[in-house]
Amino acid sequence: MIKELFIILISSSLVSNVVLSQFLGLCPFLGVSKKTSTAAGMGTAVIFVITLASAVAGAIYKYILTPFDLTYLQTIVFILVIAALVQFVEMFLKKFMKGLYQALGVYLPLITTNCAVLGVALTNVQKNYGILTGIVNGFATAVGFTISIVILAGIREKMEYNDIPESFKGMPIVLITAGLMAIAFCGFSGLL
Amino acid sequence: MKQSNISERLFNGIVKENPTFVLMLGMCPTLAVTTSAINGLGMGLTTMVVLALSNMFIALLRKIIPDKVRIPAFIVIIASFVTVVELLLKAFIPFLYGALGLYIPLIVVNCIILGRAEAYASKNDVVSSLFDGVGMGLGFTLALTIIGAIRELLGAGEVFGLAVMPESYVPCSIFVLAPGAFFVLAALTAIQNKVKLAGEKKGRDMSKIQSGCNSDCMNCKETGCSRKFVDVSAKEELEVIEITDGDEFPEQAVEEKEEAPND
Repeated sequence: MIKELFIILISSSLVSNVVLSQFLGLCPFLGVSKKTSTAAGMGTAVIFVITLASAVAGAIYKYILTPFDLTYLQTIVFILVIAALVQFVEMFLKKFMKGLYQALGVYLPLITTNCAVLGVALTNVQKNYGILTGIVNGFATAVGFTISIVILAGIREKMEYNDIPESFKGMPIVLITAGLMAIAFCGFSGLL
Repeated sequence: MKQSNISERLFNGIVKENPTFVLMLGMCPTLAVTTSAINGLGMGLTTMVVLALSNMFIALLRKIIPDKVRIPAFIVIIASFVTVVELLLKAFIPFLYGALGLYIPLIVVNCIILGRAEAYASKNDVVSSLFDGVGMGLGFTLALTIIGAIRELLGAGEVFGLAVMPESYVPCSIFVLAPGAFFVLAALTAIQNKVKLAGEKKGRDMSKIQSGCNSDCMNCKETGCSRKFVDVSAKEELEVIEITDGDEFPEQAVEEKEEAPND
């Protein structure tokens, strides 16, 4: 069991990285990676939300959708649950954990429309993961997201001072960087 | 509905505001499913069906849906159509369902669909909204098919499964793998930037082309981009934080004042 969870942890965070090999969560990956500090903040918020969302979605799937034979409604239910969950987390943090809210609050609205959250919930169902396995998979996926966004932000900070051809400024050079990172992450595929 | 309006909507979606080449919306499926031209075509058409139907329904219900809950209402409508389309694909085109897999339910979070619902369907009549959806969907289909064809051509030497390149061509298989998607899109956005810069030099209005953005959502003021919705709520959040920053924990301050006389 422990071994299985460890394999999921490695494969979801590094081998099939959520951004660089599955292309989920690209918008925040490209859009919030200008500074390392904001990238790390976004990463933390994503870890928090995805772990929580995979727990809640897994529980709803197992205890509500499966017994009542409603599994075909999974997409609708998951997207609503995630949107509501993000709102709820935001209100909860605002009321009870002001420090954490200051750190993560700005990123939470950016996560509602993040396809990585829905993607993880659906993957957990597709692969028949239990609740615990699903939570581990969600956590690992989010850690993979954080690793790649922080690395990209670091590279972009260095690139600020480089002389980039006029038409490659902005998005194109970021995409090329992401492509090179994806090549590097391909190297992890021999790990398992 | 006048003929001219319909053709205007179609032209707008396919050329003038092409969701991929001009507005740069819905990048996740664009990169993920374009490993071959046929996958790109399938994904584009699937999205088009969802987009046209959801646009039509949202336009029908636009006077009933209260303004405050419109985004969740739109999402429910979109998710319902995605589920319908997913079940139909599973039953009738299983090979496409297998190839697209997870990305079919993820059409729900494709920002083109929510974007058109918010920007067009919630303000216009049913027929125009339907054709707006068809136009945008065709534009998306065209873009995905072109990107898929380029990647398939370079990565496997084929287009739609037919060998195009001469025998001596050694396929550069990185283009059908994940990094190739980033490189093809980088080339595309660089071309867009070039067009935008050239246009601006001639004094044309190029503000619609979005790829010139410095991809910094936190400080983005551009409109027409998917980040518009997100950005508005993020800005509101920022204001809230600033207010709480100004008078930190007002309740505590009051409590302290009350306690002071007792001492």
